[in-house]
Amino acid sequence: MATPAESLAPYEPRITAFVCNWCTYTGADLAGTSRLQMAPNVRIIRLPCTGRIDPLFILKAFERGADGVIVSGCHPADCHYTAGNYHARRRFAVFKELAEFLGIEADRLTFSWVSASEGGKWRDVVNGATERVRRLGPFTAYRELAGRAS
Amino acid sequence: MARIGVFICHCGENIGRTVNCAEVAETLGTLPGVVHAQDYKYMCSDPGQALIRQAINEKQLDGVMVAACSPHMHEKTFRRACASEGLNPFLCEMANIREHCSWIHEHRERATEKAIDLARFIVEKIKRNQPLETIRIPVTRRALVIGGGIAGIQAALDIADGGAEVVLVEKEPSIGGHMSQLSETFPTLDCSQCILTPRMVEVYQHPNIKLMSYSEVEEVSGYIGNFSVKIRRKARSINEDLCNGCGACPKVCIVKKIPSEFDAGLGKRTAIYVPFPQAVPNTPVIDRVNCAHFKAKAKGIKKEACGKCKEECSRGAIDFEQVDSFVTEKVGAIVVATGFQLYTIDKDQPEGLAGYGEYGYGTIPDVIDGLQFERLASASGPTGGKMLRPSDGKEPKRIVFLQCVGSRDRAKGIEYCSKICCMYVAKHTMLYRHKVHDGQATVFYMDIRAGGKGYEEFVRRAIEEDGARYVRGRVSRIYREGEVLKLQAFDTLSGEPMLVEADMVVLATAMRAQPGIEQLAQKLSASYDGHGFLNEAHPKLRPVETNTAGVYLAGACQSPRDIPDSVAMASATAAKVLGLFSKEMLEREPTVARVDPALCTGCFHCERVCAYGAVEHKEIRDRKGNLIKVVAEVNAGVCQGCGTCQATCPSKSVELQGFTDEQIFAEINALAV
Repeated sequence: MATPAESLAPYEPRITAFVCNWCTYTGADLAGTSRLQMAPNVRIIRLPCTGRIDPLFILKAFERGADGVIVSGCHPADCHYTAGNYHARRRFAVFKELAEFLGIEADRLTFSWVSASEGGKWRDVVNGATERVRRLGPFTAYRELAGRAS
Repeated sequence: MARIGVFICHCGENIGRTVNCAEVAETLGTLPGVVHAQDYKYMCSDPGQALIRQAINEKQLDGVMVAACSPHMHEKTFRRACASEGLNPFLCEMANIREHCSWIHEHRERATEKAIDLARFIVEKIKRNQPLETIRIPVTRRALVIGGGIAGIQAALDIADGGAEVVLVEKEPSIGGHMSQLSETFPTLDCSQCILTPRMVEVYQHPNIKLMSYSEVEEVSGYIGNFSVKIRRKARSINEDLCNGCGACPKVCIVKKIPSEFDAGLGKRTAIYVPFPQAVPNTPVIDRVNCAHFKAKAKGIKKEACGKCKEECSRGAIDFEQVDSFVTEKVGAIVVATGFQLYTIDKDQPEGLAGYGEYGYGTIPDVIDGLQFERLASASGPTGGKMLRPSDGKEPKRIVFLQCVGSRDRAKGIEYCSKICCMYVAKHTMLYRHKVHDGQATVFYMDIRAGGKGYEEFVRRAIEEDGARYVRGRVSRIYREGEVLKLQAFDTLSGEPMLVEADMVVLATAMRAQPGIEQLAQKLSASYDGHGFLNEAHPKLRPVETNTAGVYLAGACQSPRDIPDSVAMASATAAKVLGLFSKEMLEREPTVARVDPALCTGCFHCERVCAYGAVEHKEIRDRKGNLIKVVAEVNAGVCQGCGTCQATCPSKSVELQGFTDEQIFAEINALAV
């Protein structure tokens, strides 16, 4: 239900971030306590661990209106749960190729490691992803498939 | 239909300044299932919590969403408030509109829009939340302390005095750590051994402490309150039960010229040795790399090359055939006190560190490090406490100390401050002057960091009473000319280049993390920083805990620390451990995985990805006892709740409570307005 004023507004990407509770979520908290200004386009969904992230979450996010997705967790060897991030890394190495095959441009997906002490890196990840997705424009293919063209 | 209450916090001005809280409350109030919406200045305050309690009562809420700060900050607060009104605490969740929104954005409209989104996701999630029960697990009232330096000793004694049993594991043949090598300590000039060795003996004799020297932690499994630790007892080649520490064996050892680790390479030891006279336990160890017997064996020589110590031992305690053995200890808490190593000035440097070619890479014998100076100054050291330089045994009349070698130099690879060097260099100048009355000590420093009780006064004393000359500047090169060392330097206060002559130079090298600490950290699931120092759970408010529940940090394994800090930290860990042990049962969040046996096909992919071994096999049988199938079952006590199993499960039969697929998809679905 876009109002005329909204449709005239410049395109603002919508980005969903799936992050782990221990490293990236806390790193994003640190960015907040450090008052690091960043693009307001990212919505965080908190999970215990990147190992919990099902690739279907990402596809679902695209279907429900996301133009880009960030997945971020603890650095290798730094996982709160010892190895969840390794499982995530393998899963997304495979998923990345599948996503391209499914018509999702590589730049719409951002995988990164952000530790609890890297508030600045989180800001860079957020700003970087927002800029890349902004250049690509809205992702509408799946929304059309779901019958909700925007 | 759900009956959810939403509460939007202004956090004073912190959120309200950027986010239009009233608008957020108004918008969320229109969502289906939301029966109560309000904003308030401080939700976490007493009146704020009272609002939640009141709404639960009056409107019969079955879910509460608080949009405020990070859940890491106040989730517990609000869940408690809900529980006090009889609402299951796990039906309460938070949306983070402060750290993740108001503090990082300036545009009011867009921040408000984002806050509404974040809160809406959580409301949708809460609609699918299930009441959960806190898990209660028993506590093993025994602690493991890793490392027998001053921090480990203090932690072990405090815990043991508190009435709990302690297993103290030390990798070296004796406890004592670096402190046992020091001559005197700042800022009081106490003799280090005099204050340390009584504590070492206390550890040895304490009925609650089980000391395992020359041992290392091999494997750690389990979780807070219930760890199981496999310890490798390295082959000492001595039967500890038979040895009475008479000291006869080192006297007959034929290998005598091994650089002594305890004397920082300045003294010599034998192949069978006790590291130092006050060692605890006072049991020798055979250094198999250097021992003639073992060297011959390694070369394949059948004839026994040497057995002098064995012949000499009247108690038959020497056992050349001994092998590493393993013991498993059950403990409820683990204190890591593994200490530090010193930055080496040798040419061989670990990756990322540059080394000091300009100081001769440690090839000039009279350029030594701080620990070597300690041994020279120590009455138990290789010179018997006489200040004699290593090259020719002459008394150095001019001595130069360089601070920040390795530390605070990005170009060399370490940017942090090692914290203790300013103080021990001041101490060294004093010890030097007390031994060489006509000698001149010069110190090159970048800044003098003497924060601490009596510390600044101590440095002033070194300068004013003991005549140390402090020069602000760096030394760019050290070279030898005959017997004299020449230092090219730059005085940054006068802006003048200098050429200084010296008889001996002491480098105050950086403190680095212990080698192998990464492997230990991985066994403990503890995290560490880029330099290998272990990470505390919170830099200010949880300084001795790690992010792994039940694992605590004491001393220099966490960051460079001096003795008073290490001891304070060790006592703090003991307080934490004893606090943990004061409970009969531990409470844990019920964020654990559960398997639906009806759906499970028994592929056990979950078992393969579980880092904790929490997945067990369960047989499903019919009434006659015939096996129908084997399914996975999660041991809730062992499961830590990462959810990797759920993302892996092809039949979607395992669910992580609190983060089920239904809940997450509800959040994602809420993306579309």
